[in-house]
Amino acid sequence: MLIAVPAHAAPTRVVSMNLCTDQLAMMLAAPDQLISVSDLASDPRMSPMYRTALDFAANHGRAEEIYLMRPDLVVAGQFASGPTVTMLRRLGIRVEVMAPADSIADIRDQIGQMGALLGRETAAADLLTRFDARLSRLRDQTDRGRVALYYANGITSGRDTLAGTILAEAGFYNIAGDYGITTTTALPMELLVMADPDRLITGAKWPGQSRSEAVLDHPALAQVAPRSDVTDRDWVCGTPHVLDAIEALK
Amino acid sequence: MRPLFPLLIALVAMLFMASLLIGPAGIGALTGLKALILGGEGPLPIVMREIRLPRAILGVAVGAGLGLTGAALQGYLRNPLAEPGLIGVSGMAALGAVIAIQTGLALTAALMLPFAALTGAAVGVGLLMLLAGPRGGSVTLILAGVAISALAGAGTALVLNLSPNPYAANEIVFWLMGSLADRSMVHVMLALPLMVVGAVLIARSARALDALTLGEAAAAALGVSPGRLRIWLVTGVALIVGPATAVAGAVGFVGLVVPHVLRPLVGARPSVLLPASALGGAVLLLAADIAVRLILPERDLKLGVLTAIVGAPLFLHLIWKTRSGGRV
Repeated sequence: MLIAVPAHAAPTRVVSMNLCTDQLAMMLAAPDQLISVSDLASDPRMSPMYRTALDFAANHGRAEEIYLMRPDLVVAGQFASGPTVTMLRRLGIRVEVMAPADSIADIRDQIGQMGALLGRETAAADLLTRFDARLSRLRDQTDRGRVALYYANGITSGRDTLAGTILAEAGFYNIAGDYGITTTTALPMELLVMADPDRLITGAKWPGQSRSEAVLDHPALAQVAPRSDVTDRDWVCGTPHVLDAIEALK
Repeated sequence: MRPLFPLLIALVAMLFMASLLIGPAGIGALTGLKALILGGEGPLPIVMREIRLPRAILGVAVGAGLGLTGAALQGYLRNPLAEPGLIGVSGMAALGAVIAIQTGLALTAALMLPFAALTGAAVGVGLLMLLAGPRGGSVTLILAGVAISALAGAGTALVLNLSPNPYAANEIVFWLMGSLADRSMVHVMLALPLMVVGAVLIARSARALDALTLGEAAAAALGVSPGRLRIWLVTGVALIVGPATAVAGAVGFVGLVVPHVLRPLVGARPSVLLPASALGGAVLLLAADIAVRLILPERDLKLGVLTAIVGAPLFLHLIWKTRSGGRV
Protein backbone atom coordinates (compact mmCIF):
# COMPACT_ATOMS: atom_id res chain seq x y z
CA MET A 1 0.00 0.00 0.00
CA LEU A 2 2.84 2.31 0.87
CA ILE A 3 4.93 3.63 -1.98
CA ALA A 4 8.51 4.61 -1.24
CA VAL A 5 8.69 8.28 -2.06
CA PRO A 6 12.03 9.84 -2.99
CA ALA A 7 12.89 12.80 -0.78
CA HIS A 8 12.65 15.34 -3.60
CA ALA A 9 9.04 14.36 -4.34
CA ALA A 10 7.83 15.25 -0.83
CA PRO A 11 4.22 16.47 -0.99
CA THR A 12 3.68 20.16 -0.29
CA ARG A 13 -0.10 20.32 0.26
CA VAL A 14 -1.14 17.52 2.59
CA VAL A 15 -4.68 16.96 3.88
CA SER A 16 -5.36 14.50 6.70
CA MET A 17 -8.96 13.34 7.16
CA ASN A 18 -8.69 11.06 10.19
CA LEU A 19 -8.27 11.97 13.87
CA CYS A 20 -5.30 9.61 14.27
CA THR A 21 -3.46 10.44 11.06
CA ASP A 22 -4.06 14.12 12.00
CA GLN A 23 -1.93 13.65 15.12
CA LEU A 24 0.96 11.94 13.34
CA ALA A 25 0.86 14.50 10.51
CA MET A 26 0.87 17.45 12.92
CA MET A 27 3.84 15.93 14.79
CA LEU A 28 5.89 15.21 11.69
CA ALA A 29 4.98 17.68 8.90
CA ALA A 30 7.32 20.50 7.92
CA PRO A 31 5.98 24.04 8.43
CA ASP A 32 3.25 24.79 5.82
CA GLN A 33 3.35 21.24 4.45
CA LEU A 34 0.10 20.21 6.19
CA ILE A 35 -2.86 22.35 5.12
CA SER A 36 -5.86 20.69 6.70
CA VAL A 37 -6.81 18.25 9.46
CA SER A 38 -10.16 16.69 10.32
CA ASP A 39 -12.74 18.64 12.30
CA LEU A 40 -12.42 16.09 15.14
CA ALA A 41 -8.78 17.11 15.68
CA SER A 42 -9.93 20.35 17.35
CA ASP A 43 -12.42 18.59 19.66
CA PRO A 44 -10.91 18.63 23.17
CA ARG A 45 -12.89 15.51 24.13
CA MET A 46 -11.18 13.35 21.54
CA SER A 47 -8.01 15.07 20.45
CA PRO A 48 -4.95 15.58 22.65
CA MET A 49 -3.64 18.09 20.06
CA TYR A 50 -6.81 20.19 19.89
CA ARG A 51 -4.89 23.44 20.37
CA THR A 52 -2.38 22.72 17.61
CA ALA A 53 -5.23 21.68 15.31
CA LEU A 54 -6.67 25.19 15.42
CA ASP A 55 -3.71 26.33 13.28
CA PHE A 56 -4.98 24.25 10.35
CA ALA A 57 -8.11 24.45 8.25
CA ALA A 58 -10.65 21.81 9.32
CA ASN A 59 -12.14 19.35 6.84
CA HIS A 60 -15.19 17.18 7.36
CA GLY A 61 -14.10 14.22 5.27
CA ARG A 62 -16.09 15.25 2.19
CA ALA A 63 -14.60 14.77 -1.27
CA GLU A 64 -15.72 18.14 -2.59
CA GLU A 65 -14.15 20.33 0.10
CA ILE A 66 -10.93 18.30 0.07
CA TYR A 67 -10.64 18.49 -3.73
CA LEU A 68 -11.06 22.28 -3.60
CA MET A 69 -8.08 22.47 -1.20
CA ARG A 70 -5.94 21.22 -4.14
CA PRO A 71 -3.95 18.71 -2.05
CA ASP A 72 -1.15 16.61 -3.54
CA LEU A 73 -1.52 13.99 -0.79
CA VAL A 74 -4.54 12.96 1.23
CA VAL A 75 -4.07 10.68 4.26
CA ALA A 76 -7.18 8.81 5.35
CA GLY A 77 -7.98 6.29 8.05
CA GLN A 78 -9.13 2.78 7.25
CA PHE A 79 -12.67 3.60 8.27
CA ALA A 80 -12.92 6.63 5.98
CA SER A 81 -15.90 6.57 3.70
CA GLY A 82 -15.10 4.34 0.71
CA PRO A 83 -16.89 6.48 -1.87
CA THR A 84 -15.00 9.59 -0.70
CA VAL A 85 -11.63 7.89 -1.16
CA THR A 86 -12.66 6.47 -4.55
CA MET A 87 -13.92 9.86 -5.71
CA LEU A 88 -10.70 11.64 -4.68
CA ARG A 89 -8.60 9.02 -6.47
CA ARG A 90 -10.73 9.35 -9.57
CA LEU A 91 -10.09 13.09 -9.46
CA GLY A 92 -6.39 12.26 -9.65
CA ILE A 93 -5.44 12.91 -6.04
CA ARG A 94 -3.05 10.55 -4.28
CA VAL A 95 -4.80 9.03 -1.26
CA GLU A 96 -2.96 6.91 1.29
CA VAL A 97 -4.95 4.86 3.78
CA MET A 98 -3.58 3.99 7.22
CA ALA A 99 -4.98 1.27 9.48
CA PRO A 100 -5.64 2.05 13.16
CA ALA A 101 -2.68 1.19 15.40
CA ASP A 102 -3.55 -1.10 18.31
CA SER A 103 -0.11 -2.14 19.57
CA ILE A 104 3.24 -0.55 20.34
CA ALA A 105 4.66 -2.20 17.20
CA ASP A 106 1.84 -0.69 15.10
CA ILE A 107 2.46 2.76 16.57
CA ARG A 108 6.18 2.55 15.79
CA ASP A 109 5.37 1.38 12.25
CA GLN A 110 3.00 4.22 11.63
CA ILE A 111 5.43 6.87 12.79
CA GLY A 112 7.80 5.52 10.14
CA GLN A 113 5.05 5.32 7.50
CA MET A 114 3.90 8.88 8.08
CA GLY A 115 7.52 10.07 7.98
CA ALA A 116 8.00 8.36 4.61
CA LEU A 117 4.74 9.74 3.21
CA LEU A 118 5.63 13.28 4.14
CA GLY A 119 9.30 12.92 3.14
CA ARG A 120 10.21 13.65 6.76
CA GLU A 121 12.22 10.52 7.57
CA THR A 122 14.63 12.34 9.89
CA ALA A 123 11.81 13.87 11.94
CA ALA A 124 10.19 10.44 12.15
CA ALA A 125 13.44 8.83 13.34
CA ASP A 126 13.80 11.53 16.01
CA LEU A 127 10.22 11.02 17.18
CA LEU A 128 10.75 7.27 17.29
CA THR A 129 13.88 7.65 19.43
CA ARG A 130 12.04 9.91 21.90
CA PHE A 131 9.04 7.54 21.92
CA ASP A 132 11.20 4.50 22.68
CA ALA A 133 13.12 6.29 25.42
CA ARG A 134 10.00 7.51 27.19
CA LEU A 135 8.27 4.15 26.82
CA SER A 136 11.16 2.27 28.41
CA ARG A 137 11.09 4.74 31.33
CA LEU A 138 7.34 4.23 31.77
CA ARG A 139 7.24 0.49 31.25
CA ASP A 140 6.49 -1.28 34.48
CA GLN A 141 7.22 -4.95 34.96
CA THR A 142 5.79 -5.12 38.47
CA ASP A 143 2.27 -6.49 38.81
CA ARG A 144 0.11 -3.47 39.54
CA GLY A 145 -3.20 -5.27 39.96
CA ARG A 146 -6.31 -6.28 38.10
CA VAL A 147 -8.16 -3.75 35.98
CA ALA A 148 -11.54 -3.93 34.26
CA LEU A 149 -12.23 -1.71 31.27
CA TYR A 150 -15.93 -0.91 30.97
CA TYR A 151 -17.65 1.35 28.47
CA ALA A 152 -21.21 2.37 27.66
CA ASN A 153 -23.55 -0.54 26.87
CA GLY A 154 -21.36 -2.93 28.91
CA ILE A 155 -18.48 -3.17 26.41
CA THR A 156 -14.92 -4.09 27.36
CA SER A 157 -11.60 -4.20 25.50
CA GLY A 158 -9.18 -7.12 25.53
CA ARG A 159 -5.48 -7.60 24.90
CA ASP A 160 -5.42 -6.87 21.16
CA THR A 161 -6.83 -3.36 21.41
CA LEU A 162 -5.20 -0.01 22.03
CA ALA A 163 -6.76 0.23 25.51
CA GLY A 164 -5.48 -3.29 26.27
CA THR A 165 -2.00 -2.25 25.14
CA ILE A 166 -2.05 0.83 27.37
CA LEU A 167 -3.04 -1.31 30.39
CA ALA A 168 -0.38 -3.93 29.70
CA GLU A 169 2.38 -1.31 29.26
CA ALA A 170 1.32 0.34 32.52
CA GLY A 171 1.75 -3.01 34.29
CA PHE A 172 -1.90 -3.94 34.83
CA TYR A 173 -3.65 -7.23 34.26
CA ASN A 174 -6.81 -6.83 32.14
CA ILE A 175 -9.62 -9.02 33.54
CA ALA A 176 -10.98 -9.46 29.99
CA GLY A 177 -8.24 -12.09 29.76
CA ASP A 178 -10.07 -14.22 32.36
CA TYR A 179 -12.81 -14.78 29.81
CA GLY A 180 -10.61 -15.13 26.75
CA ILE A 181 -11.67 -11.72 25.42
CA THR A 182 -9.00 -10.21 23.15
CA THR A 183 -11.02 -7.67 21.14
CA THR A 184 -13.64 -5.04 21.99
CA THR A 185 -16.85 -6.85 22.86
CA ALA A 186 -19.72 -7.09 25.35
CA LEU A 187 -18.94 -8.31 28.87
CA PRO A 188 -21.94 -9.12 31.10
CA MET A 189 -21.71 -7.07 34.28
CA GLU A 190 -21.87 -10.10 36.56
CA LEU A 191 -18.79 -11.59 34.88
CA LEU A 192 -16.95 -8.32 35.46
CA VAL A 193 -17.95 -8.38 39.14
CA MET A 194 -16.97 -12.07 39.49
CA ALA A 195 -13.48 -11.26 38.16
CA ASP A 196 -13.12 -9.01 41.23
CA PRO A 197 -10.99 -6.23 39.69
CA ASP A 198 -8.97 -3.86 41.90
CA ARG A 199 -9.64 -0.92 39.68
CA LEU A 200 -12.23 0.06 37.12
CA ILE A 201 -11.52 2.17 34.05
CA THR A 202 -14.62 3.49 32.31
CA GLY A 203 -15.19 5.43 29.13
CA ALA A 204 -15.58 9.20 29.34
CA LYS A 205 -19.18 10.35 29.34
CA TRP A 206 -20.63 12.44 26.57
CA PRO A 207 -22.77 15.49 27.26
CA GLY A 208 -26.46 14.80 27.73
CA GLN A 209 -27.88 11.63 29.20
CA SER A 210 -28.15 8.07 27.99
CA ARG A 211 -29.15 4.70 29.37
CA SER A 212 -26.10 3.20 27.69
CA GLU A 213 -23.78 5.24 29.88
CA ALA A 214 -26.00 4.92 32.96
CA VAL A 215 -24.78 1.30 33.18
CA LEU A 216 -21.46 2.72 34.42
CA ASP A 217 -23.25 4.13 37.50
CA HIS A 218 -24.54 0.71 38.58
CA PRO A 219 -23.98 0.32 42.34
CA ALA A 220 -22.44 -3.15 41.87
CA LEU A 221 -19.48 -1.59 40.02
CA ALA A 222 -18.80 0.88 42.82
CA GLN A 223 -18.87 -1.95 45.36
CA VAL A 224 -16.51 -4.28 43.56
CA ALA A 225 -13.94 -1.64 42.56
CA PRO A 226 -14.15 1.55 44.63
CA ARG A 227 -11.31 3.07 42.63
CA SER A 228 -12.18 4.09 39.12
CA ASP A 229 -10.59 6.15 36.37
CA VAL A 230 -11.88 7.47 33.10
CA THR A 231 -10.32 7.05 29.68
CA ASP A 232 -9.74 10.33 27.88
CA ARG A 233 -8.46 11.69 24.59
CA ASP A 234 -5.05 10.07 25.07
CA TRP A 235 -6.73 6.65 24.74
CA VAL A 236 -8.31 7.27 21.34
CA CYS A 237 -5.47 6.98 18.85
CA GLY A 238 -2.41 4.78 18.49
CA THR A 239 0.09 7.66 18.45
CA PRO A 240 2.86 8.72 20.87
CA HIS A 241 0.08 10.30 23.00
CA VAL A 242 -0.70 6.88 24.48
CA LEU A 243 2.43 7.45 26.58
CA ASP A 244 0.49 10.20 28.38
CA ALA A 245 -2.30 7.69 29.06
CA ILE A 246 0.20 5.16 30.43
CA GLU A 247 1.84 7.82 32.61
CA ALA A 248 -1.54 8.99 33.93
CA LEU A 249 -2.30 5.46 35.17
CA LYS A 250 0.75 5.49 37.43
CA MET B 1 -61.15 -22.44 40.08
CA ARG B 2 -59.45 -22.32 43.46
CA PRO B 3 -56.50 -24.62 42.59
CA LEU B 4 -55.42 -22.11 39.94
CA PHE B 5 -54.15 -19.56 42.45
CA PRO B 6 -51.77 -21.88 44.34
CA LEU B 7 -50.51 -23.11 40.97
CA LEU B 8 -49.83 -19.58 39.72
CA ILE B 9 -48.14 -18.63 42.99
CA ALA B 10 -45.94 -21.73 42.80
CA LEU B 11 -45.02 -20.88 39.20
CA VAL B 12 -44.06 -17.30 40.16
CA ALA B 13 -41.92 -18.60 43.05
CA MET B 14 -40.23 -21.16 40.82
CA LEU B 15 -39.47 -18.69 38.05
CA PHE B 16 -38.27 -16.10 40.59
CA MET B 17 -35.74 -18.65 41.87
CA ALA B 18 -34.74 -19.56 38.32
CA SER B 19 -34.25 -15.87 37.53
CA LEU B 20 -31.92 -15.59 40.54
CA LEU B 21 -29.94 -18.68 39.62
CA ILE B 22 -29.52 -18.28 35.85
CA GLY B 23 -26.80 -15.99 34.59
CA PRO B 24 -23.57 -15.87 32.62
CA ALA B 25 -21.42 -16.28 35.75
CA GLY B 26 -22.63 -19.88 36.28
CA ILE B 27 -22.92 -19.74 40.06
CA GLY B 28 -24.05 -22.95 41.77
CA ALA B 29 -27.58 -22.86 43.20
CA LEU B 30 -26.63 -23.43 46.85
CA THR B 31 -23.57 -21.17 46.75
CA GLY B 32 -25.64 -18.45 45.11
CA LEU B 33 -28.51 -18.58 47.58
CA LYS B 34 -26.12 -18.65 50.52
CA ALA B 35 -24.35 -15.55 49.22
CA LEU B 36 -27.73 -13.88 48.60
CA ILE B 37 -29.05 -14.47 52.09
CA LEU B 38 -25.94 -14.51 54.29
CA GLY B 39 -23.73 -12.15 52.28
CA GLY B 40 -20.04 -12.59 52.90
CA GLU B 41 -16.78 -11.49 51.32
CA GLY B 42 -15.86 -11.26 47.67
CA PRO B 43 -17.79 -10.58 44.51
CA LEU B 44 -20.44 -13.32 44.83
CA PRO B 45 -22.84 -11.47 47.17
CA ILE B 46 -22.55 -8.39 44.97
CA VAL B 47 -23.63 -10.36 41.90
CA MET B 48 -26.52 -11.99 43.74
CA ARG B 49 -27.75 -8.93 45.65
CA GLU B 50 -27.01 -6.04 43.32
CA ILE B 51 -27.41 -7.57 39.86
CA ARG B 52 -29.64 -10.65 39.95
CA LEU B 53 -32.00 -9.81 42.82
CA PRO B 54 -33.18 -6.44 41.39
CA ARG B 55 -33.67 -8.08 38.00
CA ALA B 56 -35.84 -10.85 39.47
CA ILE B 57 -37.84 -8.41 41.63
CA LEU B 58 -38.48 -6.14 38.65
CA GLY B 59 -39.47 -9.16 36.56
CA VAL B 60 -42.20 -9.99 39.07
CA ALA B 61 -43.29 -6.36 39.62
CA VAL B 62 -43.35 -5.23 35.98
CA GLY B 63 -45.02 -8.46 34.80
CA ALA B 64 -47.64 -8.37 37.55
CA GLY B 65 -48.29 -4.69 36.92
CA LEU B 66 -48.80 -5.16 33.18
CA GLY B 67 -51.06 -8.20 33.68
CA LEU B 68 -53.12 -6.34 36.29
CA THR B 69 -53.51 -3.13 34.27
CA GLY B 70 -54.38 -5.14 31.13
CA ALA B 71 -57.18 -6.95 32.97
CA ALA B 72 -58.38 -3.71 34.60
CA LEU B 73 -58.51 -1.78 31.31
CA GLN B 74 -60.28 -4.67 29.59
CA GLY B 75 -62.82 -4.80 32.42
CA TYR B 76 -63.44 -1.07 32.39
CA LEU B 77 -63.62 -0.66 28.61
CA ARG B 78 -65.36 -4.05 28.31
CA ASN B 79 -63.08 -4.77 25.40
CA PRO B 80 -60.57 -7.65 25.25
CA LEU B 81 -58.20 -5.69 23.01
CA ALA B 82 -57.36 -3.05 25.63
CA GLU B 83 -53.73 -3.40 26.78
CA PRO B 84 -51.33 -0.69 28.02
CA GLY B 85 -48.76 -1.38 25.30
CA LEU B 86 -51.15 -1.61 22.38
CA ILE B 87 -53.21 1.44 23.24
CA GLY B 88 -50.22 3.72 23.71
CA VAL B 89 -50.17 4.06 27.51
CA SER B 90 -46.71 2.48 27.78
CA GLY B 91 -45.54 4.57 24.83
CA MET B 92 -46.68 7.77 26.53
CA ALA B 93 -44.97 6.64 29.76
CA ALA B 94 -41.75 6.08 27.79
CA LEU B 95 -42.09 9.56 26.27
CA GLY B 96 -42.49 11.05 29.75
CA ALA B 97 -39.41 9.16 30.98
CA VAL B 98 -37.31 10.13 27.97
CA ILE B 99 -38.23 13.80 28.33
CA ALA B 100 -37.30 13.69 32.04
CA ILE B 101 -33.95 12.04 31.27
CA GLN B 102 -32.98 14.21 28.31
CA THR B 103 -33.97 17.55 29.85
CA GLY B 104 -31.97 16.72 32.97
CA LEU B 105 -35.17 16.82 35.05
CA ALA B 106 -34.43 13.26 36.21
CA LEU B 107 -31.15 14.49 37.75
CA THR B 108 -32.83 17.09 39.97
CA ALA B 109 -34.56 14.47 42.15
CA ALA B 110 -34.58 10.69 41.93
CA LEU B 111 -38.38 10.48 41.89
CA MET B 112 -38.68 12.85 38.93
CA LEU B 113 -38.15 9.96 36.50
CA PRO B 114 -41.06 7.74 37.63
CA PHE B 115 -43.28 10.79 38.14
CA ALA B 116 -42.62 12.06 34.62
CA ALA B 117 -43.35 8.58 33.26
CA LEU B 118 -46.59 8.22 35.22
CA THR B 119 -47.66 11.67 34.06
CA GLY B 120 -47.11 10.49 30.48
CA ALA B 121 -49.05 7.28 31.19
CA ALA B 122 -51.91 9.25 32.80
CA VAL B 123 -52.13 11.55 29.77
CA GLY B 124 -52.15 8.49 27.50
CA VAL B 125 -54.82 6.55 29.35
CA GLY B 126 -56.91 9.70 29.97
CA LEU B 127 -56.79 10.57 26.27
CA LEU B 128 -57.79 7.04 25.38
CA MET B 129 -60.77 6.96 27.70
CA LEU B 130 -61.86 10.32 26.30
CA LEU B 131 -61.66 9.02 22.73
CA ALA B 132 -62.93 5.47 23.23
CA GLY B 133 -64.76 5.50 26.57
CA PRO B 134 -67.10 2.74 27.71
CA ARG B 135 -69.42 3.34 24.77
CA GLY B 136 -66.73 3.20 22.03
CA GLY B 137 -66.34 0.01 20.02
CA SER B 138 -63.20 -2.01 19.34
CA VAL B 139 -62.40 -0.07 16.19
CA THR B 140 -62.46 3.28 17.98
CA LEU B 141 -60.30 1.86 20.77
CA ILE B 142 -57.68 0.40 18.45
CA LEU B 143 -57.60 3.48 16.20
CA ALA B 144 -57.22 5.77 19.19
CA GLY B 145 -54.50 3.46 20.52
CA VAL B 146 -52.65 3.44 17.18
CA ALA B 147 -52.75 7.24 17.05
CA ILE B 148 -51.51 7.66 20.63
CA SER B 149 -48.77 5.02 20.13
CA ALA B 150 -47.59 6.64 16.92
CA LEU B 151 -47.47 10.06 18.52
CA ALA B 152 -45.64 8.76 21.60
CA GLY B 153 -43.14 6.80 19.48
CA ALA B 154 -42.44 9.80 17.26
CA GLY B 155 -42.03 12.05 20.30
CA THR B 156 -39.62 9.58 21.92
CA ALA B 157 -37.55 9.29 18.73
CA LEU B 158 -37.48 13.07 18.32
CA VAL B 159 -36.32 13.72 21.89
CA LEU B 160 -33.63 11.01 21.66
CA ASN B 161 -32.40 12.29 18.30
CA LEU B 162 -32.13 15.84 19.64
CA SER B 163 -29.91 14.66 22.49
CA PRO B 164 -26.25 15.73 22.33
CA ASN B 165 -25.36 12.24 23.53
CA PRO B 166 -24.28 9.91 20.70
CA TYR B 167 -25.77 6.83 22.43
CA ALA B 168 -29.21 8.30 23.03
CA ALA B 169 -30.54 7.82 19.50
CA ASN B 170 -29.85 4.08 19.63
CA GLU B 171 -31.89 3.71 22.78
CA ILE B 172 -35.22 4.02 21.02
CA VAL B 173 -35.21 0.19 20.85
CA PHE B 174 -35.08 -0.04 24.63
CA TRP B 175 -37.97 2.36 25.05
CA LEU B 176 -40.09 0.56 22.45
CA MET B 177 -39.23 -3.02 23.42
CA GLY B 178 -38.11 -3.00 27.04
CA SER B 179 -35.33 -4.83 28.89
CA LEU B 180 -34.38 -5.70 32.46
CA ALA B 181 -30.65 -6.03 31.81
CA ASP B 182 -28.35 -4.42 34.39
CA ARG B 183 -31.12 -2.84 36.46
CA SER B 184 -30.18 -2.12 40.07
CA MET B 185 -31.85 -1.81 43.48
CA VAL B 186 -32.07 1.93 42.76
CA HIS B 187 -34.56 1.12 40.00
CA VAL B 188 -36.51 -1.22 42.30
CA MET B 189 -36.81 1.54 44.91
CA LEU B 190 -37.91 4.05 42.28
CA ALA B 191 -40.63 1.87 40.80
CA LEU B 192 -41.94 -0.59 43.36
CA PRO B 193 -43.56 1.69 46.00
CA LEU B 194 -45.54 3.65 43.38
CA MET B 195 -46.59 0.43 41.65
CA VAL B 196 -47.88 -0.98 44.94
CA VAL B 197 -50.02 2.14 45.46
CA GLY B 198 -51.39 1.73 41.92
CA ALA B 199 -52.18 -1.95 42.54
CA VAL B 200 -54.10 -1.06 45.72
CA LEU B 201 -56.17 1.51 43.78
CA ILE B 202 -57.01 -1.04 41.09
CA ALA B 203 -57.77 -3.78 43.62
CA ARG B 204 -60.21 -1.43 45.34
CA SER B 205 -62.04 -0.80 42.05
CA ALA B 206 -62.52 -4.56 41.50
CA ARG B 207 -66.06 -4.61 42.94
CA ALA B 208 -67.09 -1.65 40.81
CA LEU B 209 -65.67 -3.40 37.74
CA ASP B 210 -67.70 -6.49 38.66
CA ALA B 211 -70.83 -4.34 38.75
CA LEU B 212 -69.91 -2.80 35.42
CA THR B 213 -70.10 -6.21 33.71
CA LEU B 214 -73.88 -5.95 34.21
CA GLY B 215 -73.99 -2.76 32.18
CA GLU B 216 -73.64 0.89 33.11
CA ALA B 217 -77.22 1.37 34.27
CA ALA B 218 -77.06 -1.68 36.55
CA ALA B 219 -73.68 -0.55 37.88
CA ALA B 220 -75.07 2.89 38.67
CA ALA B 221 -78.02 1.25 40.43
CA LEU B 222 -75.53 -0.73 42.53
CA GLY B 223 -73.95 2.54 43.61
CA VAL B 224 -70.93 2.71 41.29
CA SER B 225 -69.98 6.27 40.47
CA PRO B 226 -68.66 6.23 36.87
CA GLY B 227 -66.65 9.40 37.35
CA ARG B 228 -64.90 8.15 40.46
CA LEU B 229 -64.21 4.72 38.95
CA ARG B 230 -62.61 6.38 35.92
CA ILE B 231 -60.35 8.55 38.08
CA TRP B 232 -59.29 5.57 40.22
CA LEU B 233 -58.50 3.49 37.17
CA VAL B 234 -56.61 6.23 35.32
CA THR B 235 -54.55 6.91 38.45
CA GLY B 236 -54.00 3.22 39.20
CA VAL B 237 -52.93 2.38 35.64
CA ALA B 238 -50.64 5.43 35.49
CA LEU B 239 -49.04 4.56 38.85
CA ILE B 240 -48.24 1.06 37.58
CA VAL B 241 -47.41 1.51 33.90
CA GLY B 242 -45.49 4.78 34.40
CA PRO B 243 -42.81 3.59 36.87
CA ALA B 244 -42.65 0.15 35.21
CA THR B 245 -41.89 1.73 31.85
CA ALA B 246 -39.44 4.22 33.37
CA VAL B 247 -37.21 1.37 34.60
CA ALA B 248 -37.89 -1.40 32.08
CA GLY B 249 -39.06 0.29 28.88
CA ALA B 250 -42.35 -0.48 27.16
CA VAL B 251 -43.01 -4.22 27.16
CA GLY B 252 -46.05 -4.96 25.03
CA PHE B 253 -48.68 -7.71 24.88
CA VAL B 254 -48.34 -8.97 28.50
CA GLY B 255 -51.62 -7.32 29.46
CA LEU B 256 -53.30 -8.79 26.37
CA VAL B 257 -52.08 -12.39 26.51
CA VAL B 258 -52.43 -13.04 30.23
CA PRO B 259 -56.09 -12.07 30.82
CA HIS B 260 -57.01 -13.82 27.57
CA VAL B 261 -55.42 -17.10 28.66
CA LEU B 262 -56.81 -16.90 32.21
CA ARG B 263 -60.36 -15.72 31.44
CA PRO B 264 -61.63 -19.20 30.42
CA LEU B 265 -60.11 -20.61 33.64
CA VAL B 266 -61.36 -18.08 36.21
CA GLY B 267 -64.37 -16.61 34.43
CA ALA B 268 -64.81 -13.03 33.29
CA ARG B 269 -65.46 -11.61 36.76
CA PRO B 270 -62.86 -8.80 37.18
CA SER B 271 -62.48 -9.30 40.95
CA VAL B 272 -61.05 -12.78 40.28
CA LEU B 273 -59.42 -12.06 36.93
CA LEU B 274 -57.42 -9.10 38.31
CA PRO B 275 -55.30 -11.02 40.88
CA ALA B 276 -55.00 -14.00 38.54
CA SER B 277 -53.74 -11.73 35.73
CA ALA B 278 -51.22 -10.10 38.06
CA LEU B 279 -49.76 -13.53 38.90
CA GLY B 280 -49.94 -14.63 35.25
CA GLY B 281 -48.19 -11.44 34.13
CA ALA B 282 -45.35 -12.11 36.58
CA VAL B 283 -45.03 -15.66 35.21
CA LEU B 284 -44.92 -14.47 31.60
CA LEU B 285 -42.41 -11.67 32.17
CA LEU B 286 -40.08 -13.76 34.36
CA ALA B 287 -40.17 -16.52 31.73
CA ALA B 288 -39.46 -14.02 28.94
CA ASP B 289 -36.59 -12.46 30.92
CA ILE B 290 -35.05 -15.88 31.58
CA ALA B 291 -35.47 -16.77 27.90
CA VAL B 292 -33.64 -13.65 26.67
CA ARG B 293 -30.71 -14.60 28.92
CA LEU B 294 -30.64 -18.17 27.63
CA ILE B 295 -31.14 -17.38 23.92
CA LEU B 296 -28.58 -14.58 23.53
CA PRO B 297 -26.74 -14.18 26.83
CA GLU B 298 -24.43 -11.38 25.68
CA ARG B 299 -26.69 -9.39 23.39
CA ASP B 300 -29.44 -7.90 25.58
CA LEU B 301 -32.27 -9.22 23.42
CA LYS B 302 -35.27 -7.04 24.24
CA LEU B 303 -38.16 -8.46 26.26
CA GLY B 304 -40.74 -6.96 23.92
CA VAL B 305 -39.41 -9.14 21.11
CA LEU B 306 -40.44 -12.32 22.94
CA THR B 307 -43.75 -10.99 24.31
CA ALA B 308 -44.68 -9.78 20.81
CA ILE B 309 -43.85 -13.16 19.27
CA VAL B 310 -46.30 -14.72 21.73
CA GLY B 311 -48.78 -11.85 21.79
CA ALA B 312 -49.09 -10.58 18.22
CA PRO B 313 -50.55 -13.82 16.78
CA LEU B 314 -53.08 -13.86 19.60
CA PHE B 315 -53.92 -10.24 18.84
CA LEU B 316 -54.52 -11.15 15.18
CA HIS B 317 -56.69 -14.05 16.31
CA LEU B 318 -58.78 -11.70 18.48
CA ILE B 319 -59.19 -9.24 15.61
CA TRP B 320 -60.29 -12.12 13.38
CA LYS B 321 -62.93 -13.17 15.88
CA THR B 322 -64.14 -9.58 16.32
CA ARG B 323 -64.34 -9.18 12.53
CA SER B 324 -66.51 -12.26 12.05
CA GLY B 325 -69.01 -10.76 14.46
CA GLY B 326 -68.55 -13.12 17.40
CA ARG B 327 -68.08 -11.69 20.88
CA VAL B 328 -64.58 -12.29 22.10
